[in-house]
Amino acid sequence: MSISLTSQAFDPWQSLAEYQAQQLAGKYGATAVFVGTMRDFNQGDGVVGMTLEHYPGMTEKQLASIVEQANQQWALLDILLIHRIGDVVPDDSLVLVAAWSAHRGDAFDACRFIMEALKKQAPFWKKERLASGEVRWVESNSNGYQQ
Amino acid sequence: MSIKVRYFASLKERVGHADAELLLPEPLSASQIWQRLNPDLAMPEGVLVAVNMEYAGLDTLVKDNDELAFFPPVTGG
Repeated sequence: MSISLTSQAFDPWQSLAEYQAQQLAGKYGATAVFVGTMRDFNQGDGVVGMTLEHYPGMTEKQLASIVEQANQQWALLDILLIHRIGDVVPDDSLVLVAAWSAHRGDAFDACRFIMEALKKQAPFWKKERLASGEVRWVESNSNGYQQ
Repeated sequence: MSIKVRYFASLKERVGHADAELLLPEPLSASQIWQRLNPDLAMPEGVLVAVNMEYAGLDTLVKDNDELAFFPPVTGG
């Protein structure tokens, strides 16, 4: 299991390939992956940048607890979770969640569970810089579907 | 009793600072501590509370050396 926060831009596909090659070669039958990427629009406005604030200590603790819950609930071989912090720009990857298991159901379900729990519980906050020059806090996460 | 209080994100901006220290003669709940520290600011709806980096209720009694945090709904991912 690996959970990390990074203030540097990262390539989720490279991180995934490297982690998989080092830890898991030959062991898994299923990989489920979620990558969240920064958009250049939100709520009808152009967005040029964003700052991701977090609560050092509690954020790591919450993520560890979510990953532990997933491990108890599903038969997983491994989990990789990377979340960006600090200043980001559109097209930057914000979050990577990958779950490996022997069979697809465990990997699919655990990946979804971890993402939804992270959205609800992990203390991160987004502050957007709009194309208009305005700066605003994102007030809440959506339910994950186009409204 | 010494309590460390922390605010995050939009709440930090509304309160005007990130941290506060509070000395108390007896344990108070999280909401009582908010009122004591911010008598002129009603707690905004939806504020989340953590004690020692675990989610807690507004009525949780905060003890000596605890770290109490107030923050708005989370928006990660």
